[in-house]
Amino acid sequence: MGWGRPLLALLIAGLLLPLVPLLAWAVSGQWRYPGLVPQRLSGRGVRILTDPRSHVLSGVFTSTLISVSVAALACAIGLPAGRAIGVYRFRGRRLVQFLLLAPVIVPGLAVTLGIQVFFIHYGLAASTLGVVLVQLLPTVPYAATVLGAAFANLDLDYERQARALGSGPVRTLVFVTIPLLRPALILAGLFCFLISWNEYVLTLLVGAGQVQTLPLLLFAAIGSSDTTAAAALGVLVVLPPLLLIGLAGRLLAGRSGAAIGLGRL
Amino acid sequence: MPSFRSSRLPRGLRITLLLSPAAVVIGVFFLGGVSQAVAQSFGYQPFLPDYHWSTDAYRAIWLDPAVRASLLITLRVSLASTVIAAVSGVAAALAIRGLRRGRGWVTGLFQVNLAVPHLVGALCMLLLLGQSGVIARLTLTAGLSTSPAAFPQLTGDRFGWGIIAEYAWKETPFVGIIALAALSRGVADLENAARVLGATQWQRRRHVTLPLLAPPVAAASVLVFAFAAGTYEVPYLLGRSYPATLSVVALQDYRDTDLSVRPQAMAVAVVITLLTTVLVIAYLALAKRLSGRPL
Repeated sequence: MGWGRPLLALLIAGLLLPLVPLLAWAVSGQWRYPGLVPQRLSGRGVRILTDPRSHVLSGVFTSTLISVSVAALACAIGLPAGRAIGVYRFRGRRLVQFLLLAPVIVPGLAVTLGIQVFFIHYGLAASTLGVVLVQLLPTVPYAATVLGAAFANLDLDYERQARALGSGPVRTLVFVTIPLLRPALILAGLFCFLISWNEYVLTLLVGAGQVQTLPLLLFAAIGSSDTTAAAALGVLVVLPPLLLIGLAGRLLAGRSGAAIGLGRL
Repeated sequence: MPSFRSSRLPRGLRITLLLSPAAVVIGVFFLGGVSQAVAQSFGYQPFLPDYHWSTDAYRAIWLDPAVRASLLITLRVSLASTVIAAVSGVAAALAIRGLRRGRGWVTGLFQVNLAVPHLVGALCMLLLLGQSGVIARLTLTAGLSTSPAAFPQLTGDRFGWGIIAEYAWKETPFVGIIALAALSRGVADLENAARVLGATQWQRRRHVTLPLLAPPVAAASVLVFAFAAGTYEVPYLLGRSYPATLSVVALQDYRDTDLSVRPQAMAVAVVITLLTTVLVIAYLALAKRLSGRPL
């Protein structure tokens, strides 16, 4: 295994080094070609983020509102579906499995082009509600799959005991089932939040440029000539996923059913 | 079975009710979206009275050199980045497993890119690989190039180097994490058994480790290929408008002010859907070999 360590070090360097220019650009005041380091550092990038004219703060609000709503709705819809696929063996289960995987893999762009006119017709285009609804497309199947795996490993006798002791269906759900599924629910909610947080093209199509989430602002900034502003915004967009994945790392270990979400980010 | 049931509803109705909220979402957005794309690619136009069915859109994209070039670059970029991500992901997983100390923080560093959105990844590649990017500046300092124009075009190029670099960079940790998870499941016991039976290190790797890794890594690769074939923002920012990948062509045609191009946009969307649906089936077949446990 003599080659293993140097190779690994090289690979990790190759993975991390591309982030360095991003960080450097975010704090640079001037970085002309062919300088290897910025000629001047400045806090301008950070100031742009808090400047009301850049709409970044309202973008943070819009993105958070949409991502939290999408995560909550996807888990609420995915929980019963997960119970159906995790607990029961029924005819057509293979078809349900296929229909729960396909929306995660088939690109949202290809699927959404055909129904964009309906969003316009029913007044959902250019609205936050429309964006939340369309983002259920990649998230609900994912939440259902993760929760389905959790239900398959759940010992239903806990629920039966609660019912035998006189607890109603709602109390059993709130005080028995949901606490038992807590790790899977946190994971599903977290990844649905991240899928929504990173989503660009569905928001563009349905939001019609009116719903300005952070990825839309970042896309516009990359197209502008102000690299410092784009880099600062890029760093801001990365921070929440970085923190959340860092926190979720332990939850994720040994739960490969949820790992597909990492590929969707 | 205990004598009391959690519900008096018949089993079939119970399953239907449990599935119905998710079925509405998938029915409206996924099945509705796919069938609308198919219908509109054959000329149907919702809310417009005068449309006629035809296969013109498919004939047009079949004859369009831009779409042929697009199919080629889409497949090339997806395949190249999938192969790079799979090979380096597996190599990294094997190397990480071989570490005696510091495995935790090395894995942590290795995983950082998982959290980086593709959009930010594309920006990183622009700043790194562009003609006035950091690598171009390094080659100038080292005396290997003389000006931005003398540095090879790696972003906005015909081949798609920048796009491949972004996907490979972003998806290597994904394959690596899947491979690490597969390696942790009792593989060491099997390798030790092979060692006791006299297998050399090469034989153990060839006949024990790699066969155990193959199904999950293949499944992860299918996912990587599908995402690489379908994302819009990365090829838009790192590629050029001709030849562009299928998703870029689809959105370009869709946003064309000439509405007669719209059926072609839908036809391209249908091609993307068919291509990736084949991958869904491949993934499910692979997942079944993983003892019915999807990734």
